[in-house]
Amino acid sequence: MNKVTFSEDLCKGCGLCASVCPKKIIALDREKLNKKGYHPAGITDQSKCIACAMCATICPDVVIKVEKE
Amino acid sequence: MVVFDRPKSLSPVPFHYCPGCTHGIVHRLVAEALDELDICGKAVGIAPVGCSVFAYNYFECDMIEAAHGRAPAVATGVKRTHPDNIVFTYQGDGDLAAIGTAETVHVGARGENITIIFINNCIYGMTGGQMAPTTLPGQVTTTSPYGRDRRIQGSPIHVCEMLSTLDGVAYAERVAVNTVPNIKKAKKAIVKAFQNQIDKKGLSIVEVLSTCPTNWGMTPEAALKWVETDMIPFYPLGVYKDTDVKLLNPTSTKEGN
Repeated sequence: MNKVTFSEDLCKGCGLCASVCPKKIIALDREKLNKKGYHPAGITDQSKCIACAMCATICPDVVIKVEKE
Repeated sequence: MVVFDRPKSLSPVPFHYCPGCTHGIVHRLVAEALDELDICGKAVGIAPVGCSVFAYNYFECDMIEAAHGRAPAVATGVKRTHPDNIVFTYQGDGDLAAIGTAETVHVGARGENITIIFINNCIYGMTGGQMAPTTLPGQVTTTSPYGRDRRIQGSPIHVCEMLSTLDGVAYAERVAVNTVPNIKKAKKAIVKAFQNQIDKKGLSIVEVLSTCPTNWGMTPEAALKWVETDMIPFYPLGVYKDTDVKLLNPTSTKEGN
């Protein structure tokens, strides 16, 4: 399975990753706060990921690591 | 297989930039270019004054902090004493196009073999959103509260167009980082700007249209759209110059060596 890893404590919750995801499977976790006090982005359905790395390309804080099977 | 990971030339520390600020994207692209060309070990970066003043904390190569606007002058000194090192400056529009205009124009006139990464976000970010030389006509900032008026504050400076008229400039391209395809084009331009320096072609400048969601008063997503709808029509993307300064006759106005 394709794998996307978020370094949550680097995330500033800008939401750009969620705005470009073609599968719409990234969302900010409104229940959680990270070390910086932001709602971090996370993946909602790992199985739908196509490892296009668009989220990682637009992320200004290099939060995301993408691995393809 | 890893498709995407933090480049090795980028230090493992969090950026101090505001949420959604595209400085982070450009930092990453520069680090990816250093990785790709395998020049991190001999690269020397010159940090500016402005939001990216702490750029020296974010790259694994040697970095020097310059006085406001003087990065191209410092880069000239470093490159002339260490011609085998790869020297780049990373400057914003307040640094490069306002207080550092003289240094910018004359580094182009001299055709120093360095690389300039220029961030144009139409505003002064660090000092709190004042009007910059690149602020668009009609754009509201803290020092142009009724919108920039060309009759009072003049017209914005088109840096790439201006520098491309100078003989010493080998390569000038304007790119944007507002969409994923544009980020990929920006990466290519930055890699080319470094490759030109390795090939000793002369001055290379890449102008990157960037965002400042905080001082524009927009969400990060709306800021990217504003780049598309307002900035790109005024600052058209593309290659403004791509030549080889070496081919100019050094001591005569006639063509050829």
